[in-house]
Amino acid sequence: MRTRRSGLILLEVLALGLFLLFVFPFFIVLINSAKGAFEVTDRPMALPGDWGRLFANAARIWTSENIQYQSSFVSSVVITAGSLFLLSLLSAQAAWALVRTKTRTSSAFFLVFVAAMVVPFQIVMFPLLTWFRTVTELTGIPLLRNYSGILLAYVGFGLSQSIFMYHGFIKSIPLELEEAALIDGCKRHEIFYLIISPILRPIHATVLVLNGIWIWNDYLLPVLVLGKGNRVMTIPLAISNFAGAYVKQWDLIMTAILMAMVPVIVFFLFAQKSIIKGMVAGSIK
Amino acid sequence: MRLKRDQSLVFWLFLAPVLFAFAMVIVVPFILGSFYSFTDWSSNARVSGGPHFVGIANYLNSFADPSFVYSFIITTAYTVANMAAINLLAFALALLVTSKLRFRNFYRAGFFVPNLIGGLILGYIWQFIFNNAVPTLGSLLGLSSWALPENLLLARSGSALVAIVIAGTWQYAGYIMVIYVAAIENVPIELHEAAQIDGAGPWRRMRAITLPMVSQAFTITMFLTLVNSFKQFDVNISLTSGGPSTMFLDKPIFGTELLAMNIFNTAFISNRLAEGQARAVIFFVVLAVASTLQVRSNKRKEIEL
Repeated sequence: MRTRRSGLILLEVLALGLFLLFVFPFFIVLINSAKGAFEVTDRPMALPGDWGRLFANAARIWTSENIQYQSSFVSSVVITAGSLFLLSLLSAQAAWALVRTKTRTSSAFFLVFVAAMVVPFQIVMFPLLTWFRTVTELTGIPLLRNYSGILLAYVGFGLSQSIFMYHGFIKSIPLELEEAALIDGCKRHEIFYLIISPILRPIHATVLVLNGIWIWNDYLLPVLVLGKGNRVMTIPLAISNFAGAYVKQWDLIMTAILMAMVPVIVFFLFAQKSIIKGMVAGSIK
Repeated sequence: MRLKRDQSLVFWLFLAPVLFAFAMVIVVPFILGSFYSFTDWSSNARVSGGPHFVGIANYLNSFADPSFVYSFIITTAYTVANMAAINLLAFALALLVTSKLRFRNFYRAGFFVPNLIGGLILGYIWQFIFNNAVPTLGSLLGLSSWALPENLLLARSGSALVAIVIAGTWQYAGYIMVIYVAAIENVPIELHEAAQIDGAGPWRRMRAITLPMVSQAFTITMFLTLVNSFKQFDVNISLTSGGPSTMFLDKPIFGTELLAMNIFNTAFISNRLAEGQARAVIFFVVLAVASTLQVRSNKRKEIEL
């Protein structure tokens, strides 16, 4: 019994050590966000002399013309929220149509969507730009360096997995529910909005979490479709513009990073259970 | 009959938006891209007025370019190292947070959180740690050699690659951990109780019960870490931006330029768009073959276990 006890204590120590190792980078960001340019490179491991500096740094970043943090934050919110709304609505509709229509076309579409999940972004990214430019020339609709193009791109790249997840969920909803509604005089499309949509709540959460984390943090797609130094920028773009510069202002970079992480971490603290559940579900399917 | 027509109308109306988006960003670019990789396509080209056919020249040029060959080698090494590091650590973490530790839920959240931060941002964090925090830590510990510029982890291509593994592992281990946790928690407790009564110790129970019962999870985690490591781009850009430079086949090249970055740089920095596209096609084929082989071999092991 004694060895068992000391074994458990050893595990506690090990776990605590690993935990501290894991949060160490966050700690580094936090303490260095409250320092000046000299202090940050001279004493990166020391606690800051004046925590009030944190707010001064944050205010500088928020208002700096150079970094464009404010407008990037707004753009990131617009792009993430807009893509999530479109993605969840359109994918759920499509998945329902695919499940409830048993034709050869329907199953062929589903197969193509599933197959597209293995296509890496790298193989379509260059032609995507040429294609978008051509479409803009032909129709006059601006797709590059603009919200419309990036929303379309996120819907296009996210829909395969989303449809797949909705498809799996909708299959388990009993058909009798819809037949009863039809008999009661419900129109076919109304069935989706009135009967099916409310049932989809748990799977909506999963789809939103998975895609939300991807879109909020994504760098490669925005850098290609929006481009650097554009009016519309996301937070990762703004940070790479600023932090990738030759002269590194680490004090401000650390604060900018902290400001980019805080919304995500706050969101995680509130929705920890559904985030972890959603991400596990996304991986296993 | 009216019902049937109604149904097919709704079917097409509901599918139209996703089919449109899918065609615009995947189908058309995929077809164009496969075609462009055999042409002299350049960055100012349009779809009409088209580029000229050059056969497999772009593919041959790619393999003749030392930077691409080098990139392939280090990406393979990086993928193997990253898969091993992430899975070993993640499995250990999963065992820890499913044991009877007092703060296990707290630990679980802490291990998972790096996964929510984008690769680009955390690359900058680790750049600061390796270049600024570690040397200072060294001098605090009385190891002043840590502060010498040539001893920095990011100063040499080999160790800089290790640095990307460290950052990549830190980011991804918590995610893989929660998959293992889900699998471990699914193992019926009766199995462990029965084995314990039969006198099996913790090590024996791990080998005879836990490992076989979670073998299905290994197929998934191996697949995810393989694909994720092979596609690494964000951390690469922000942590090393491909540097430091090194020599390979008598040519100076980027020392930590992984494949995704090599494809990107070929197209936009060297301005050889068609060749970048050819490399992307090679990248896709290799990734598809490697992940298929991996899933197949893991599935076979699942049955053996």
